[in-house]
Amino acid sequence: MSLMKTLMGAAAAVALTAGAALAEPALIFDLGGKFDKSFNEAAFNGAKRWADETGGSFREIELQSEAQREQALRRFAEAGANPVITMGFAMADPLSAVAADYPDTKFVAVDVTWLDAPNIRQIGFAEHEGSYLVGMMAAMASKSGTVGFVGGMDIPLIRHFGCGYAQGAKAVNPDIKIVANMTGTTPAAWNDPVKGSELTKAQISQGADVVYAAAGGTGVGVLQTAADEGILSIGVDSNQNHLHPGKVLTSMLKRVDVAVYDAMKAGENLETGVFNMGLAEEGVGYALDENNASLISDEMKAAVDKARQDIIDGNLKVVSYYENDSCPALKF
Amino acid sequence: MDKMPQWADVVLIPLISLILAAILSALVILGIGEDPVAAVNMMVSGALGSTYGWGYTLYYATNFMFTGLAVAVAFHARLFNIGGEGQAMLGGLGVALVCLYVPWPHWSIALLAACGAAMLFGAIWAAIPAYLQARRGSHIVITTIMFNFIAAALLNYMLVNVMRPVGSMDPASARFAETVHLPTLHELLVPIGINFSKAAPANVSLLVAVLACVVVWALIWRTRLGYEIRAYGHSETGALYAGISPYKITMVAMLISGALAGLMAINNVMGEAERLVLNSTEGAGFIGIAVALMGRSHPFGVFLAAILFGFLYQGGAELALWTNIPRELIVVIQALVILFTGALDNMVRMPLEKIFLALRKGKA
Repeated sequence: MSLMKTLMGAAAAVALTAGAALAEPALIFDLGGKFDKSFNEAAFNGAKRWADETGGSFREIELQSEAQREQALRRFAEAGANPVITMGFAMADPLSAVAADYPDTKFVAVDVTWLDAPNIRQIGFAEHEGSYLVGMMAAMASKSGTVGFVGGMDIPLIRHFGCGYAQGAKAVNPDIKIVANMTGTTPAAWNDPVKGSELTKAQISQGADVVYAAAGGTGVGVLQTAADEGILSIGVDSNQNHLHPGKVLTSMLKRVDVAVYDAMKAGENLETGVFNMGLAEEGVGYALDENNASLISDEMKAAVDKARQDIIDGNLKVVSYYENDSCPALKF
Repeated sequence: MDKMPQWADVVLIPLISLILAAILSALVILGIGEDPVAAVNMMVSGALGSTYGWGYTLYYATNFMFTGLAVAVAFHARLFNIGGEGQAMLGGLGVALVCLYVPWPHWSIALLAACGAAMLFGAIWAAIPAYLQARRGSHIVITTIMFNFIAAALLNYMLVNVMRPVGSMDPASARFAETVHLPTLHELLVPIGINFSKAAPANVSLLVAVLACVVVWALIWRTRLGYEIRAYGHSETGALYAGISPYKITMVAMLISGALAGLMAINNVMGEAERLVLNSTEGAGFIGIAVALMGRSHPFGVFLAAILFGFLYQGGAELALWTNIPRELIVVIQALVILFTGALDNMVRMPLEKIFLALRKGKA
């Protein structure tokens, strides 16, 4: 209860002396919620790791409505939180409106790279490059010549994932058939494991024997069904290999946790600007651990690592869906 | 009808329901180890303790007034319109088209046009289920809820493939021009010497919502059409015998209902976001059902209930910001209020009626 009093006292004190810095970092989760087993949860894990290591504390809010985006930004900034870390591209617009009003506060925007403000650290991930690598692995592991992709909500970001995946699969086997489905058109699509399971079954009936889920909590259903039906699956964002050992081929890692951890560690002295986290920065990659070691042959690993190096060196270019809103390897 | 005095019906029952919901919520908060008194304090001071809090409370309330009225009008014709969500989404599409593609010289003209577009799009979305009900007998509950999903898919298609600015990853339309910016309560109240919070999103749409309450009241209780709607709602066969066309009433009531739900878009799309985002309605269409139930389908009741729900939303946001009460429990608290005021109405009503009957017998 003393916590509540402290907080209320702090809020009152802030009202009196606006800007009196508490310098606690704040973390704003997107609408999917803190425990979505993927994007937001990765951020939470990063923040928790920072808190455990430093003994520090951080503030957090799980957004419930669109109007709260700007509200939460302003309230945390006014309460002296620094840096204020936001998750997801939907924060871009409110950030562009709010950031200039709090020049002394540093903001962090994950999945945003196009804003023009001096006090925002913008972090973009090269999801297409990571997806390319797991796409290659899917094609090499597939015996049927058909691989699947289950996306969450049909938005450009998820097409971006699917596009890299398709390019990777086609690089290995130009004749490969790629079955791609989106779970839905409402935010419920991020947390619908039942529908994920149905889509996986439908893709299996079309011949798919490796399925890549880029669908937040929906992916749990995809991985489960793939394991039950005896085919391979590919996890996303966090390392999900452990969910079904020996049945998850690999996971496309998007190190949101590292980004959040680094930002909290840097604290108020955070470097701002645009940061692209690609393969070279280890912002994205594929997961290899004891749970999937038996599934990955040496030649698979060699081929994927070579492609990884080629992408880093610039000898191989994975086309981003954003470049011209279309994908050379897959039609949505 | 007259088992109880009217004041008991209008004031006492909602009040007792609210108190019951509050007690249960307090137990829930106690159960997770937080202090319910401090939580209530935080909700009240966060939602009503400053012009900032009021600005958010009234912003949410404006949404709920429109959708509450929409459900209420349909209720009077005994039609259960649970498609307010989809109708409001389409209203948003109408507002966005009007604001994006027409160069308006002044916000007042733009507001009129946006109202027109929002009502038109909302009404069209309600017209199809209405027609299917009136002519084909497809139940309106099923068709309207199905139309919510079709609306979501349509909006998704429009935003991802058609209206999204080139190069943007965010599935949302471009920002509207500065000229269609609706004045916020801050800008409206400064000239008369009230310094209302600048950051709050409540805007001139609130006045439109209040006006809509008055117009709906006049329509339902002061016009022939309103009489026909109520007569049809009380008894379809009786209305038919009196020469009232069920087809006409179903269509008209649903068109008005859809138009009101669509009208919500001037608040959330034009007033707050100033662009069309995917998730712009965020459940206000469904909250409208609870608001109409609690307001007993009377515009004044809807007005009060909308403010209560606005308070719950803004107070809930404050709890989420400053306490460790998880988001799911805030939804539980909001749901308890809906449960008691909407669904469990009779639990309070029946004993209360008995008490009043007993009192009257005692007197007689």
